[in-house]
Amino acid sequence: MNSFAPLVSVVQYVLMFIVLGAAIVTVSIGNLFRAAIFLAFTLLGVAGLYFFLHADFIAAMQILIYVGAIMTLVIFAVMLTGKMQDPLVAQSNRQKIPAFIILCGVSAFLIPTILKAPWRTLATPHATTAANLGRALMGEFVFPFEIVSLVLLVALIGAIATARSDE
Amino acid sequence: MDQLFVNLKHSILIFAGNFLPEWAVILISILISVTAIAVFGPVTMMYLTLLERKFVGRIQNRFGPNRVGKWGLLQPLADGVKMLTKEDIVPKGADHFAHFLAPVAIVIPALLVFAVVPFGRNMVAVDLSIGILFFLALSSTTTIWIFVAAWASRNKFSLLGGLRSVAQMVSYEIPMVLSVVPVLMVVGSFSTVAIVEAQSGWNWFVLTPWGLIGFVLFFLTGVAEVNRTPFDLPEGESEIVAGFHTEYSGMKFALFYMAEFMNSFTISAIVSTVYLGGWQGPWLPGWLWLLIKSYALILVMMWFRGTLPRFRVDQLMGFAWKFLLPLALLNIFAAGVWLAFARPVNYLLSAIIVALALFILYFANRPDMPKKRVYRYAVE
Amino acid sequence: MMSINHFLIFTTLLFLIGLYGALSRRNMIGILMSIEIMLNAVNLNFIFFSRFLDVPAETAQVFAIFVIVLAAATAAVGLAIVLQIYRNQKTIYTDEIDLLKW
Repeated sequence: MNSFAPLVSVVQYVLMFIVLGAAIVTVSIGNLFRAAIFLAFTLLGVAGLYFFLHADFIAAMQILIYVGAIMTLVIFAVMLTGKMQDPLVAQSNRQKIPAFIILCGVSAFLIPTILKAPWRTLATPHATTAANLGRALMGEFVFPFEIVSLVLLVALIGAIATARSDE
Repeated sequence: MDQLFVNLKHSILIFAGNFLPEWAVILISILISVTAIAVFGPVTMMYLTLLERKFVGRIQNRFGPNRVGKWGLLQPLADGVKMLTKEDIVPKGADHFAHFLAPVAIVIPALLVFAVVPFGRNMVAVDLSIGILFFLALSSTTTIWIFVAAWASRNKFSLLGGLRSVAQMVSYEIPMVLSVVPVLMVVGSFSTVAIVEAQSGWNWFVLTPWGLIGFVLFFLTGVAEVNRTPFDLPEGESEIVAGFHTEYSGMKFALFYMAEFMNSFTISAIVSTVYLGGWQGPWLPGWLWLLIKSYALILVMMWFRGTLPRFRVDQLMGFAWKFLLPLALLNIFAAGVWLAFARPVNYLLSAIIVALALFILYFANRPDMPKKRVYRYAVE
Repeated sequence: MMSINHFLIFTTLLFLIGLYGALSRRNMIGILMSIEIMLNAVNLNFIFFSRFLDVPAETAQVFAIFVIVLAAATAAVGLAIVLQIYRNQKTIYTDEIDLLKW
């Protein structure tokens, strides 16, 4: 398998560039419906990267929840709020250029920091299984797990109560 | 016989290994698996169209296609030529990019799920540790592309079909995932190969009380997921022209059709893997058993199409949320009881739970019938 | 294997792209989508550290699961709010929703 590693990392880099490109299109394209499609590509690319990082369960969750559920919601909302086929409405505000400049500044700080930091990487990378993950969720992290379920329930009820039209 | 295809691939690889480096052999191995799937998927789809037309024809007391070739065997090729040469029409107001993208993107998950179907002993393309979850996740992405196709067409019938499709698939996904949970509890693994191996020696999960219910649930929600009759509201011909693919013609339409048929094949194969013992079976080779079981389920789907009328939208939603979902939850409980007790008792207990659940849900879901009127003073 | 620096720079860029979208979009749904991109960048970092740094792999993956779940909750509630604002104000452009300002 060792002689095969270069090909895997080439695929990884290609995937990273696809994700970046799709994300740039998502935040900059005027047509919001197409932005949603490119967001779907971004999320799928991220799921692919999870596969390469040996986090299979997270990858499946990413596809099931993000691509299957959240994207459907987003496209629904885009459609229900209408008028997106109108190309005359500007989609970005006056902060566009300042935001870009400031973010360039932030990256000018962050990237040298990343390059300088002494990362102590492992000799043999970790990998875990879905079964171990389940044990962690039901053992060590059972309290956050229950809290998250409660948050989900509240969000469910809240979303229904908010979106319902007043009779 | 059982290992025919495995041995074939193996001998090709050994032959290639004589004069190629290691990485090239791995590459060839991947290429062989990919090619096998990429050929098997579309060919299955082509002949499923013929099978469907023949079978529904028989149900309706006619012959079905019988002009092209013996028994109409060349009909799929003729259809293919027709599809390829047909004019590709894109509506004027359509979003061209999305209109093109949707049919292409919908085929990809349909092909990818073939990777985790265990066609026989050692005959799975990749034995993912999350096999079943991979299948469920990928089949859920189909929704988006149907919706994109519907919205991009700028047609009210398309949009209606797309909305119906999203509502239906989101609702049926939940009981579908829950109906697999009992099997995952018993096997303790997501891997499709492990699930099949847990059913060796006639321990098919369909032969347990919770397995029977789970099998029916999984199959019904699977039929709903691939939008087939009686759940074909997204493309109901008599109501909304053709639903989300109203504005598609030629090869793009063929791609939608291909995705639908490949999905119905994979759903049958996965249902037989999870509940009907996969490739396990006496006498015949394993891959033949899997094909027999899947085609039996596909014929049941076609039988549905030939005999059942279409659901109404409210009935469809009520069926998913008020009947299938609670039944799936109670079924998980039954499987837990089955796991907790010893051999003869657990069958009895889980059978009682399942029977009670069915009974209660049936009575809770009875349609509200008006009382029979008694005419007291209008006798004569 | 790809280098740790390249991957971290990639996730940083992804996060900043999302931040740029959140700052520059006028449309509320667009802002929500940008936030999803930012969350994904963070999640990628979690998973990457779980594989290559000295932390238990389960811990980081459980965090990632929680982030995904909370993103789903955000999307549901956020889009419900967007729909309600659209019904009341007939706009979803953030700079046109200025009832409290005169």
